[in-house]
Amino acid sequence: MASPARLLEQARAALQAAGDLAALDAVRVEYLGRKGLITAKLKGLGKLPVEQRASAGREINRVKQAVVDLIAVRRGRLEAARMDAELANRVDVTLPGRGQPVGGLHPVSRTQRRIVKIFAAAGFGVRSGPEVEDDFHNFTALNIPENHPARAMHDTFYLDTGHVLRTHTSPVQIRAMRSEGAPIRIVVPGRVYRRDYDQTHSPMFTQVEGLAVDRGISFANLKSVLYEFVSSFFERDVELRFRPSYFPFTEPSAEVDIRSESGKWLEILGCGMVHPNVLRHVNADPEKFTGYAFGMGVERLAMLRYGVGDLRRFFENDLRFIEQFR
Amino acid sequence: MRIDIEWLGEMLQRDLDPERLAEQLTLGGLEVESVRLADTDEAAGVNGVVLDFDITPNRGDCFSVLGIAREVSALNGQRMEPLAVPEVSATVKDTFPVTLAAPAACPRFAGRVIRDIEPGCRSPEWLRLRLERAGLRALHPVVDVTNYVMLELGQPLHGYDLRALGGGISVRFAEDGEPLTLLDGSRIALRSDVLVIADDSGAIGFAGVMGGQGTAVSEVTRDVFLESAFFSPDSIAGRPRRFGLSTDASLRFERGVDPLHQRRAIERATGLLLDIAGGEPGPLAEEVAAKQLPQRKPVSLRLERLNRMLGTSLEAGDVDARLDLLHIAATRERDGWSAVPPQFRFDLEIEEDLVEEVGRLTGYDSIPVVAEQSPRHVGLSSETKLADERIADALCSRGYSEVVTYGFVDRDLADAVNPGADHVSLKNPLSQEMGVMRHSLWPGLLQAAQHNLSRQQARVRLFEIGARFARGADGVLETRVLAGLAIGAHLPEHWEGGARDVDFFDVKSDMEAILALAGRAADSDFRQADHPALAGGQSARLMLGNEAVGWLGVLHPRLQGRMGWKQPAILFAMQLERTARARIPRYREYSKFPSLRRDIAAVVDDGVSADRLLQCVRQAAGDVLNDVTIFDIYRGKGIDSGRKSVALGLILQDRSRTLTDTKADRIVACATRQLERDLKATIRE
Repeated sequence: MASPARLLEQARAALQAAGDLAALDAVRVEYLGRKGLITAKLKGLGKLPVEQRASAGREINRVKQAVVDLIAVRRGRLEAARMDAELANRVDVTLPGRGQPVGGLHPVSRTQRRIVKIFAAAGFGVRSGPEVEDDFHNFTALNIPENHPARAMHDTFYLDTGHVLRTHTSPVQIRAMRSEGAPIRIVVPGRVYRRDYDQTHSPMFTQVEGLAVDRGISFANLKSVLYEFVSSFFERDVELRFRPSYFPFTEPSAEVDIRSESGKWLEILGCGMVHPNVLRHVNADPEKFTGYAFGMGVERLAMLRYGVGDLRRFFENDLRFIEQFR
Repeated sequence: MRIDIEWLGEMLQRDLDPERLAEQLTLGGLEVESVRLADTDEAAGVNGVVLDFDITPNRGDCFSVLGIAREVSALNGQRMEPLAVPEVSATVKDTFPVTLAAPAACPRFAGRVIRDIEPGCRSPEWLRLRLERAGLRALHPVVDVTNYVMLELGQPLHGYDLRALGGGISVRFAEDGEPLTLLDGSRIALRSDVLVIADDSGAIGFAGVMGGQGTAVSEVTRDVFLESAFFSPDSIAGRPRRFGLSTDASLRFERGVDPLHQRRAIERATGLLLDIAGGEPGPLAEEVAAKQLPQRKPVSLRLERLNRMLGTSLEAGDVDARLDLLHIAATRERDGWSAVPPQFRFDLEIEEDLVEEVGRLTGYDSIPVVAEQSPRHVGLSSETKLADERIADALCSRGYSEVVTYGFVDRDLADAVNPGADHVSLKNPLSQEMGVMRHSLWPGLLQAAQHNLSRQQARVRLFEIGARFARGADGVLETRVLAGLAIGAHLPEHWEGGARDVDFFDVKSDMEAILALAGRAADSDFRQADHPALAGGQSARLMLGNEAVGWLGVLHPRLQGRMGWKQPAILFAMQLERTARARIPRYREYSKFPSLRRDIAAVVDDGVSADRLLQCVRQAAGDVLNDVTIFDIYRGKGIDSGRKSVALGLILQDRSRTLTDTKADRIVACATRQLERDLKATIRE
């Protein structure tokens, strides 16, 4: 029978030769199994003279431990190799994923969020109001009495209940100031309606109204807030042009044009200093408080921002349009 | 309003560069919409340039070449002096009697008789050209001349066939229902707030708006009576629109014409008419109610307020000069001015109006840009309202696209979706297809889906957030709603194989996701209920506590047929006032002890709902029940017909100790007993 040292050498060679885990296990059984070569050596210890037993036992146990260690090392190698072999079975990573694709967020929503976020960061609160309005809030309180020629500018839809579909978000100025008083800084997004339908007019569109009333607010402040808004919205320095205009609820009034990248002036919003009659309608003293207001068309800004050439696209709800915005 | 630039140059006595002029006027507040070559000129062989103005309603004084010329002068720092118009000497003595029966509405009426004009003659080319460039058609010389003077001076005039006038003219308010046939042949019935020109036979003209047919000039007219009157804006405003009218005259009178201009205009018109058609002019006869003429009240303007409003630092001298350019007669007072606007400006009534005028002439671009003192204001941000943004984002992530549909819909479709609903309707809709306010967002979604399905989109998932409208106790009840529609495959086509069609439970989970965002998943439940737009077997009402707050279901086959769709669509809607009222999370310590799972298979009648089963188990199991799910439902072999086997998975967990098998078994036994007792369940082993 081979010496323990010889057994260790044999085992080392057998382990090296074991190409897979099954072969490895066969080697383990051959040496360490119940009838294994090293097990047999241990069993044979009793047959040795007493004085040799201790040293022979130590020797055999050292060999046994060495074989156990060798098996563990070899097992680690073989397992790693097997895992590598399994992983070599690659999936086609270029196949499409599974599940719901992301839908489109309507560009009007996207633009409205952006506008509101910019003004919110500047300290403006967000308010809303009803789309069905009464004559008082839509016109009278905004200094547009009955028979005023400005009413014709608005092409109003009338309801069988005697109400109107609001022609602008400005009535919310009145509602907010009546309930909150001055000072106030708000923006009001919402849908508005005008009886006008052609290539450049939709009977329903979206506005964001802005209002700031406080002590000592000036037209110079209005210019400032709009410059900041426009350059923030377009993320570039934009040249603005303020033109005198007319709105019954602001005095002085202005329309604002931006210089497009092609150099053309494009109208983007109307604004002005809140008319004293409007302040009186909400019980704010025009001698103490002044303010500015502005109103912008969300679709108009979306058209400029995203290069949409036709207003009607916003209301066709064609997925080929909407899904370009997410 | 369109104006021939040559005409303007003639009045200003200088050549004008069209593009520069357009920019200057636009920046001065008179928006020039376009500068273009006159398209009427080809025949005449000349190239006129026409400016097209968009004049704001406050600037009635600018509806003429004169008015524009005045603005051009002021913007160039020159004060334009009033035009001199030569007076015409009378060659006959004839006059025609005029009575101012409503002197507040018509305080001035200048009239002139012109006899023996040459019938059948034609206006000269130059005059016709100017009219045509302004967008008016040349007609009878009398009409052409009155139109020409209106364009030139802003004063509308009217020429009558003198022989058709009976007795005398009275300017009065109409009788209720008084008939009038207008120049264009339309017959209208007047009301008592409409000002008319009347003779002995009754109303012969809608004052300041349009003349009558019976007294109009014609090819055979020989004797003419010219009218040049001042009608107050209040007596005209709003009336033409009521009759669907808007004329060049009404446009000007509604906004206010110069009350000092009537004589000048009639002299100018007489002179032109005599040149064209000859004739014998009578003396200019004028009726005036001097006390009723508009008076311009002095407006006080404070320098300090002006600068504070504009954010400028103008000096008194700057303001003096600008007021003068605008013909505003200002006298200095202690802290500013007492300023009297000119007669032709109806829009300058308060201090702010003058502030705008000074700002306008200063140039808005010269006003500085000054940031506000930061308001130091922390906005409200409520966590108890689920923001629309989160809802929209969640639905987009779940494969829906957002649409924006009109607030008004087709009545037929609205009725099909909500039969018997009392729709709020529009009095003046653009079309029948936009006739009623939406009572539900579904008609709009159905149409949007239709648009896409008919454009080769096989899979459509849409949602909208918006208001719906119903008739309420005091007017219109407006409710904010989230609604959606899904049709086609549940998932896009995939390499692993085709997906099944979207169904009720797919969309239910989308609704549940939104409810979960608001922390309302546990408070809400779906109950079997019928909706006329939904298929009976697969429709549910969403309840929040005892309140009905929404719907979910499969589109009714009747509507599916109407839309012409091959597959069923799933629809949902939920009121946002209720469902988006979010619950603020309240953290509850989770149990650190392991849980045990026990399954029960209960055979119950088909009519027993999942909710009742789950409720029964929850009640019986008590606090230790962490969760319960339904993981299988089986009908068929081995189960009596009319019954179903429902497999329930109970997750049991104690909060303070490790749950023992014995205790878990006891809880399951308790649950099975309760199922047997309450729901007549038999338990399968």
